[in-house]
Amino acid sequence: MNLFCVGISHHTASVETRERYAGGAAEQELLASGAWKEALVLSTCNRVEIYGSSDRLVATEEIIPALWQSNADRDDNDVLYRYDGETCAQHLFRVVAGVDSMVIGETEILGQVKKAYEAARAAGSAGPVLHRLFQRAFRVAKQVRSSTDITRGAVSVGSVAVDLAVKIFGDLRECSVLVLGAGETSERTARALNSRGVTDIRVSNRSFERGLSLAELVHGRAVPFDDWTAQCHEIDILISSTSAEEPLLTPALLSPMLRSRPDRPLFIIDIAVPRDVAPEVNEMEGVYLYDIDSLQSIAEQSLAMRRQQISAAEKIIAEHVADFAARFGGRTSAPPSLDTRALTSEL
Amino acid sequence: MDRQFILLSTLCYLVAVAHTLATLRDGVFRPRRFNFIAIALGFVFQSAFLSIRGHALGRCPITNLFEVFIFLAWSLALIYLLIGPAYRLSLMGAFTAPLVLLIQSFALLAPIDVAQPVRVAVNPWIEFHASISMMAYGAFALACVAGVMYLVQERQLKTHQLHSIFYHLPPLTNLFSALIRLLWLGFALYTAGLLSGFFTGEPLPRVKMICAIAVWIFYGAILQGRHLHRLAPKRIATLCILAFTAAVSVLWAINFVSETRPT
Repeated sequence: MNLFCVGISHHTASVETRERYAGGAAEQELLASGAWKEALVLSTCNRVEIYGSSDRLVATEEIIPALWQSNADRDDNDVLYRYDGETCAQHLFRVVAGVDSMVIGETEILGQVKKAYEAARAAGSAGPVLHRLFQRAFRVAKQVRSSTDITRGAVSVGSVAVDLAVKIFGDLRECSVLVLGAGETSERTARALNSRGVTDIRVSNRSFERGLSLAELVHGRAVPFDDWTAQCHEIDILISSTSAEEPLLTPALLSPMLRSRPDRPLFIIDIAVPRDVAPEVNEMEGVYLYDIDSLQSIAEQSLAMRRQQISAAEKIIAEHVADFAARFGGRTSAPPSLDTRALTSEL
Repeated sequence: MDRQFILLSTLCYLVAVAHTLATLRDGVFRPRRFNFIAIALGFVFQSAFLSIRGHALGRCPITNLFEVFIFLAWSLALIYLLIGPAYRLSLMGAFTAPLVLLIQSFALLAPIDVAQPVRVAVNPWIEFHASISMMAYGAFALACVAGVMYLVQERQLKTHQLHSIFYHLPPLTNLFSALIRLLWLGFALYTAGLLSGFFTGEPLPRVKMICAIAVWIFYGAILQGRHLHRLAPKRIATLCILAFTAAVSVLWAINFVSETRPT
């Protein structure tokens, strides 16, 4: 039995090229060709791949047309790659573990692979070989996630802010948030907090109408801009992104507010440039101030930490590949000559 | 002979600490089941020691400083094993193991396992007083550990330097709640221990009484400060560490006084 994968991904092709391939293949069409025993198409925004098994060797040239959209440029085959046997298993394990992703360690891909597998199974195009391969891949993904820190830490400003809020308050459902200034990043952060259970979101903007429209978007309520300081007595999280030239919040202004909340922390996310909150505020007890640079720096730290985990993830993957090959090698490995057929195998 | 169990127990804690240090060196800090198992095994050996020594003495084995330290370490491990998983404070094991290791190593190395020259009749009030006080010390020790964890977490949040450990520490507010619960638990046990001391029917050494009351006042003041919202969480965490350091010193003093007169 031959096991193989042919595809295109963000490593080998630009988004313009990838979109010409997305969704070009259907498992049933591949099976109808007769050469294939099993087929599975994985199509995401970052990759289009076909996994298959066959009794006879299927040449790459036979597979490529299945990937094309009707308007695909038939001359850009150099962006395609092929993996056979063990390397196919290794590639899939890397994909599901997030090692091959554009954002290292992202977990969305696992859901996408599961969905593709379920679709192929429902259509009857995924048989015993792909079943074993994908079930093993899901185990690998689980082990990599639980044994390494590859998925740890947020890698975008909004998610870093949410992660920090969770680290300070735990359950966010009881938290009150004040959004000062209705900027785009504020909106994204407020939406992210809203999706994590925050229900009390207040929006204060110089233009009340704009504040009102953002409040509606995040299921919150608008507060007149003149009243924002009064809100600080009650809130737990402040997201600030006004276009003020001078800091709006200083230690002198914040100090009396903190007296009424001695054991409640205050998390301030200052996304404005120039900054809305004086940096000295971070020195105050119980106040955690993060500006756009510190949030971005944490996102980069997280990404660096994830990259450090790649070798640990690769080790787990290698163990599973070896075990998979040992168990199913006779049925899945391709002839040695096939392994050299990868069109683009260096990622 | 029974000391071998403490040696084995100390080795278990040493393995737990070494494992934590190894994971820290790799840049990945992760509370693993391994740590919990190592501590649980260490606890089993401690229990074996206390059981054998208790049978040999025919009383609660806290007759000399060595036994007191082991009983304290045992209480600490017991409270951790009971409350650590319940409050999702599994990482506390990484902080508890070094503390227990330190206490037991000192107990093993110092010449403090000296048998009482005179064997006295067992007084149940003294047994109760001593054992409940040790349990209180265990709770205070874990409050101290929670305080350290709180300060580590707080510092990382303040400085914006997030180490791998940050992602495994419980949220700041949850950690503070656990710390307060441990303080209340320790305070309640300590109060019971203190009060039972008055029912022993024996004359109370003045220094011992003053030291014990001073510790009680110290912890009471922390809790009162918290109750009146006079102390910020960071200060309470710091005070917990100071209070436990002071309490251990007092424990030493109490035993020093006790050893001058048979109980």
